[in-house]
Amino acid sequence: MSRVGDRVRLEARVASKSFRSASGQSVPVLTDLSFALEEGETGALIGPSGCGKSTLMRILAGLDRNFDGSVCVPTHGRVGMVFQEPRLLPWRSVEDNVRLAAPEASEAEVAALFAALGLSEHQTHFPGELSIGLARRAALARAFAVRPTLLLLDEPFVSLDRPLARQLQRDLARLVESRSMIVVLVTHDLDEAIALADRIFILSARPAHVVGEIAVKTPRAAMSDEEHKAVAARIEALREAG
Amino acid sequence: MTTRLISLLALICLWQVAAVFANPRLLPGPMVVLATMRSEAASGALFQALGVTLARVAAAFLLAMAIGSAIGYAMGRNGLFDRAADPWVIVLLNLPALVIIVLAYIWVGLNEAAAIGAVALNKLPVTVVTIREGVRALDTKLDEMAQVFGFSPLKRLTHVVAPQLAPYFAAATRAGLSLVWKIVLVVELLGRPNGVGFEINTAFQLFDVPLLLAYALPFTAIMLVIETLAVQPFERHVSRWRPRAA
Repeated sequence: MSRVGDRVRLEARVASKSFRSASGQSVPVLTDLSFALEEGETGALIGPSGCGKSTLMRILAGLDRNFDGSVCVPTHGRVGMVFQEPRLLPWRSVEDNVRLAAPEASEAEVAALFAALGLSEHQTHFPGELSIGLARRAALARAFAVRPTLLLLDEPFVSLDRPLARQLQRDLARLVESRSMIVVLVTHDLDEAIALADRIFILSARPAHVVGEIAVKTPRAAMSDEEHKAVAARIEALREAG
Repeated sequence: MTTRLISLLALICLWQVAAVFANPRLLPGPMVVLATMRSEAASGALFQALGVTLARVAAAFLLAMAIGSAIGYAMGRNGLFDRAADPWVIVLLNLPALVIIVLAYIWVGLNEAAAIGAVALNKLPVTVVTIREGVRALDTKLDEMAQVFGFSPLKRLTHVVAPQLAPYFAAATRAGLSLVWKIVLVVELLGRPNGVGFEINTAFQLFDVPLLLAYALPFTAIMLVIETLAVQPFERHVSRWRPRAA
């Protein structure tokens, strides 16, 4: 990992990443996968199940360094991550979970975050006492509280019912717009990608590489239904081609 | 709590009834034992013996828990160390307590260090195995979370690792305490000039059952109180975040 120039930029170039299977064979997961995001941009990664998206996220998060290639992340900042599961400490309250990850966050900052995510009443609860939707919000609050320069979201709204997922997407969009950071979002949901991302990267099946990149027009509020549908159709076409 | 008290009273009643029919030299009634206890307490001998034995229990217990936890943690985290140290643990686990005690007295001498060391060595492998089990069950997903969010090593230990090990630690404490205090009596009986075990040996040589019970029962009571007032609340405290079963 290194810093290139003064610009805050995420640049991932994974030449190859493979796992060793139980029978000892090397199974390639990612090959020649590269993408880049500028400061303030949100990128969505869309691809078939099991194509290696979560592996890529682990590489971006610095949890997996065993790959060929390079990842340049904004090193002077912090990483915030929302995993597929909330991964809260069950023995600490919601507030403590957030504070442990973000000791520098001020009282007011955390309170504002809880209010924005509808968690104010649940600060003192243990994660085991929360519904999955609330636990996911708490995980989002934790990722935001660290004031990340790089925010990684690995299917943050999977397994939630649609209305709740939509509402959390709106909350997320508001929070993302209020800060300047790079966001990488893994999702299966086209609408979610179009609603949140500035750039959408379509990944192929395993071993994954980027088969297409689509820039979404901003501001999104001005996007008509027709434009939305056109983008979705382009993504579908690329997915089938990939 | 009331059920427990009633159960305990029933036990004492049963004892009283049995004592009426038995040879008083072999099974004295509760009142006789209480009188002996009172006279031993009045002379100060009872409290001195209890204090000495409790100090040995505490020293051996703390020593075994501290070293055993450290070794167990290292074995759970490091596969090579685990494979290398495992046979030693198994040997120690299966060595009779009496063998360790006698060898300790022969090799180190009839002194306090040998006594406490022998007891700690008996308890050590049990702690190692229990804590190692806990470390193996640690959630790697939470480890990754801590890594991504840049938790310091101290923060990881206190907020991520320790709470996961707490139930194992409590189990090791509970099992360890009862093991240690029983072995301490044997150690005292074999090679110490004081303590509850020594007094019991004296009572044995005089065939004095009231004296034997006058020392054994208060000590058992103290261990029960420690278990109820310290170990159980600790267990409840560390598992307070778990949704409670009805």
